[in-house]
Amino acid sequence: MLSRTAANLFWMGRHLERAETAARLLDVGARITLLPNTPEGYRNEWESLLRASGSQHTFAEHYDSQINQENIESWLFFDAENPSSVASCIERAREGGRIIRTALTSQVWDALNTAFQELRQLKNRPRSQIDTALLTDFTTRHGATVRGAINASQLRNDGWHFINLGYSLERADATSRLLDVKYFVLLPRIEFVGSGLDNYQWQVILRALSAHRAYHWAYGGDVTAHKVADFLILNGESPRSLLTSLYEAVWNLDGLARRYGDQVPSSASAQARQTLDALMARDIDAIFDEGLHEFLTWFIGEISAIANAVHDDYFSGRM
Amino acid sequence: MYYNEMIEEGAVRAPYAMLSDWVETMPAEIRQMKQAEAEALFRRIGITFAVYGEGGDPDRLIPFDMMPRVFLQSEWRRLERGIKQRARALNAFLRDVYSRGEIVRAGRIPARLVYQNEAYEKAVVGIVPPRGVFSHIVGIDIVRTGRDDFFVLEDNCRTPSGVSYMLENREIMMRMFPGLFRNNRIEPVDQYPELLRRTLASVAPAKCEGTPTVVILTPGHFNSAYYEHSFLANLMGVELVEGSDLFVDGGFVYMRTTQGPKRVDVIYRRIDDPFLDPLCFRKDSMLGVPGLMDVYRSGGVSIASAPGAGVADDKAVYTYVPEMVRFYLGEEPLLQNVHTWTLWKDDDYRYVMENLKDLVVKEVHGSGGYGMLIGPKASKAEIEEFALRIKANPGNYIAQPTLALSTSPTFVDEGIAPRHVDLRPYCLCGDRVELVPGGLTRVALREGSLVVNSSQGGGVKDTWVLTE
Repeated sequence: MLSRTAANLFWMGRHLERAETAARLLDVGARITLLPNTPEGYRNEWESLLRASGSQHTFAEHYDSQINQENIESWLFFDAENPSSVASCIERAREGGRIIRTALTSQVWDALNTAFQELRQLKNRPRSQIDTALLTDFTTRHGATVRGAINASQLRNDGWHFINLGYSLERADATSRLLDVKYFVLLPRIEFVGSGLDNYQWQVILRALSAHRAYHWAYGGDVTAHKVADFLILNGESPRSLLTSLYEAVWNLDGLARRYGDQVPSSASAQARQTLDALMARDIDAIFDEGLHEFLTWFIGEISAIANAVHDDYFSGRM
Repeated sequence: MYYNEMIEEGAVRAPYAMLSDWVETMPAEIRQMKQAEAEALFRRIGITFAVYGEGGDPDRLIPFDMMPRVFLQSEWRRLERGIKQRARALNAFLRDVYSRGEIVRAGRIPARLVYQNEAYEKAVVGIVPPRGVFSHIVGIDIVRTGRDDFFVLEDNCRTPSGVSYMLENREIMMRMFPGLFRNNRIEPVDQYPELLRRTLASVAPAKCEGTPTVVILTPGHFNSAYYEHSFLANLMGVELVEGSDLFVDGGFVYMRTTQGPKRVDVIYRRIDDPFLDPLCFRKDSMLGVPGLMDVYRSGGVSIASAPGAGVADDKAVYTYVPEMVRFYLGEEPLLQNVHTWTLWKDDDYRYVMENLKDLVVKEVHGSGGYGMLIGPKASKAEIEEFALRIKANPGNYIAQPTLALSTSPTFVDEGIAPRHVDLRPYCLCGDRVELVPGGLTRVALREGSLVVNSSQGGGVKDTWVLTE
């Protein structure tokens, strides 16, 4: 497979996952506005969402710091200036797919292209006819259709591994960033830790990852920081946990290493396995002792190192 | 008067009999539904002409007319012989002008037109590509003016585009109207990609070991014909590469793959000569492969069409193609040229300048319907302005009579009406010369218009060749 094709498949997976992350943030935002207002409005919560998407500064530039629901919706869903908006991600995933159409089944292309065409129609509709639920539904529905088409029709070959590698690394990254926001931004003051506010914010995080129901099935009882963090970091059943995402990345990298044999370097596979071992050696108490933020910083760095190794191993077209 | 391909002396011609009934019994609402369905299919499959940087919709559709254009087997056989003959002569000419230049020595074509032609590639003089083929896909634009009168409007020896429309128009027609295909015996065209792959593999260089690796080289996804490039790559099962995917090492060309470098034997390039190799041609080209031409010269890779093939298809050299047929093949040309005045000849110049209002004047290197004057459609001011341009550089122009292009029935708002058409078949040259029965019919959708180019309001049709 051409290195460029592999890179495009990888990034297609990443963009599709990223679109869903943006939609999830949007959903959380809408939920916040349904709660009793606070004197300063929802400003903090909105801001935390922007931080989670890593775009508070660019947002401030474009909307003159006017943080309100409509602007946030525009920014997270429609805005072409925001590289992580749903629209940007779908457009890039589709353009990437167009470039490498020969590597996609017609079913996958059809799903991708349909999402793109419907997005165009959505953009032309008056904003008064669009509510948040419609936008998040749109994204999750098309995300699931593309995902399903990939699962149902793509050959289980190297291309399949590259798509899924993109999905899993992106998801690992998104979950750790969301968690990091919680401790770094939502809680500027230490006295909040363990308070009612703290627990509520943990619930917001769970919702952001569409995991609040799964959490209750898995743990039951009160929402506590330790349990939520355990669910999102170390629980192998939780679909978006760091462990699950990383495990999927390792599985796909192993598949590539097996397929390509000894002639092709597999530093990414070795790197990912090492990180997985290091992750599994911890329990949640150790992570809190180490400091959640420090732990997440380490993990985000590892994910980025794995992505770089994937690039060196497979996308650079070694000469 | 224009030749109407459907109606002759007041009666529907045999090849159109069934279609005529089909149209008459189709209710208007079904027609509209089908037309919308066709458009949705084109969009959904993504058969669009991407136009970037002009604003508006970046994914434009070329209008598709559901009414097919039909040829009888006997009509097609005649065309086929003429097209293959012409493709052979063009390749013989290219072989000749890059070696001994016998045709020039014999005085059958002026040396200036060949050796001072901007498409003449000095970098490939003395090179004989595998099997002596320079132009592997020859697109020959043909117009019809009477029942038995076919003329060649121009030859395309470099990288003629549009073949994906020939294939997709057929796919969409078969999907929407399977009944039409059951009740008519229509020659298939879907073997084209396989024939193209075989043709390209047949011109692999001598240094190739084992099964040749063929790739398509595209300028990239911003190119307006990108869909066609990826469509052909997909149907042929070959990689679609960009210049940056290829590199030269030790006398061979390789592509960068996830498993390391892989050798490439045949490059079907869809980029123009000047962009092929920045070390040999345009230094600022980002699309090509540095060192490619050295590998080509030493026989490490084949390039289709071969660099330099363009010298056979400009509008000045065109006038000598019948002469090429006689000179190289010793045959009489089966397909005629349109009569052409070349403005660098005094007599022709005088005649043309006096009759601009009746003639079509074209730039020798122009294409896409740009840079031309259609006398009968132009205003006095436009003619005067164009005359000044001709005076400044007569050698850059040729003139032809306004052709009475035949019409083919076409769907319009009120039902069907005659619209002017041309035809581009795609002739493949490798170890054999082959032609699928069909081609791309372009239709001028505007009433009375003679310009079929998609950039100027033209559409496309499915083209049928009936079996005996």
